[in-house]
Amino acid sequence: MSSEEVLERRAVISGIGQSDVGRRLNRDPLELTIDACLEAIDDAGLTRADIDGLATYPGAMDAPPGFSGAGVVDVQDALRLELDWYTGGIELPSQLGSVVDACLAVATGMARHVLCFRTVWEATAQGDKGRAAVTMGGGGGSFRAGGFMEWVLPFSAPSAAIWIAMLAHRHFHEYGTTREQMAWIALNARKNAVLNTKAVYREPLSLDDYFAARMISTPLCLYDCDAPADGSTAVIVSRADAAPDLRVPPVAVEAVGTALRGRPSWDQFDDLTTMACRDASAQLWERSALTPADVDVAEMYDGFSFITMAWLEAMGFCGKGESGPFVDGGERIALDGSLPLNTQGGQLSGGRLHGYGFLHEACLQLRGEGGERQVPGDPEVAVAAAGGGPLAGCLLLTRSR
Amino acid sequence: MSEPPFRILPRITDRNRFFWTNGADGTLRVLRCDACDTFVHPPAPVCPSCLGSAMHPEAVPGTARVHTFSVNHQSWMPGPELPYVVAIVDVDGAPDVRLTTNIVGCAPDDVEIGMLVQVAFERHDDPADPEHPIFLPLFEPVGE
Repeated sequence: MSSEEVLERRAVISGIGQSDVGRRLNRDPLELTIDACLEAIDDAGLTRADIDGLATYPGAMDAPPGFSGAGVVDVQDALRLELDWYTGGIELPSQLGSVVDACLAVATGMARHVLCFRTVWEATAQGDKGRAAVTMGGGGGSFRAGGFMEWVLPFSAPSAAIWIAMLAHRHFHEYGTTREQMAWIALNARKNAVLNTKAVYREPLSLDDYFAARMISTPLCLYDCDAPADGSTAVIVSRADAAPDLRVPPVAVEAVGTALRGRPSWDQFDDLTTMACRDASAQLWERSALTPADVDVAEMYDGFSFITMAWLEAMGFCGKGESGPFVDGGERIALDGSLPLNTQGGQLSGGRLHGYGFLHEACLQLRGEGGERQVPGDPEVAVAAAGGGPLAGCLLLTRSR
Repeated sequence: MSEPPFRILPRITDRNRFFWTNGADGTLRVLRCDACDTFVHPPAPVCPSCLGSAMHPEAVPGTARVHTFSVNHQSWMPGPELPYVVAIVDVDGAPDVRLTTNIVGCAPDDVEIGMLVQVAFERHDDPADPEHPIFLPLFEPVGE
């Protein structure tokens, strides 16, 4: 660990909020956003007059449909916030990069209470036309591919499902990982979702069901892909020395990770069995005296089930290449296992709240408010991690300091 | 030869034109630094190794090894007949350069990681530049 002060430790998560979550809520996404934001502000014991910072991912965007429900301007104006600092953008170390930015903003004194939010309405946006309706480049016609899409769209590979499938296949090839093992990410998520009234898929799921599902892009089947949803999640990042103002004991930020030391590319990255999660995780542990063995609960991105396996290895919860045996059978990652994982049902069964859902759940678990799905034994340390491929951001959180 | 499937074409710029059009003579080329011989992909204004700006498209043998692949069963947009193979290949003769591509000319089930493939360009007329058709570098198994 560096002898320099780890500045993000000046930040705490003082409040959390979440709107209704569901498939095709057919509600105005800004309305969902306001619901989540007001709940988080109230949870922290603050009023909107206390909010002097605003952070979001990916910022206002019209396309792909449903990907962004509100931007900085929308929320600032709706709540008439007077801001000293704000940010909203997509070129960040994952969705949680916006929360990391908020931690740095309060640490440097640019703001005291930063409202962070992420809103999706992909389920409503795609309507009855299926996921292809919200895939980039799906418009066809005279559209021409630029940026990274230049190198994949002409080969009819518009979806991260295909890109992640290729990483998973390479992992299978190098380490002998199997679909039977990977299935446990999905089955574990569903087991937890059964206990979460907000989760979008709550019927029990068996290994037979998993294998009966249609293939999307080998080796990923339908149940390896997260479920488009509508919903907004918000957290308040406050300066630790603002804690006396707060209603509930805040969750402390122990360390963050944002590194991307390999090439920022889905196909040119040096090791295609991992990716940016390797670098962000390494940096996180460089910034803390805690170790993977100290972690009581892990909330790690599952836009596709393989991504969680890459995070398990990157975080050092198991050895490189060993995530298959680690999750096999599901005991270790169950609520009562040695590393409870994606306790709200992840995005696979909980709904694709896009990164922020993991942070919300990590805070809930550390506060002991998980209800039926509460991890036993008063968890003290949690990891929240988001992003797949060349995108990764993560936070190490503790119940108290 | 059958009609190629619908493809979203790349946006052509002065920097990438050689890559997308040089299949006209059946040759795959990758940008290479004049000074230090580093292969640079995707094309960039400076060499990432020595920062030199003098570079040229260099012909490579056109063979590659399948680094990884996926058989796509999902219809995302108009495109090749399902299922089709999307692969990342290691380009022979250009160390560290990979291409995302399609493996064609064989059944999806016959594709394996590590297999030797060779470039098979798929021609598309470019409505924006009729003089310079675009040649997508697909790959097919090397014949027996």
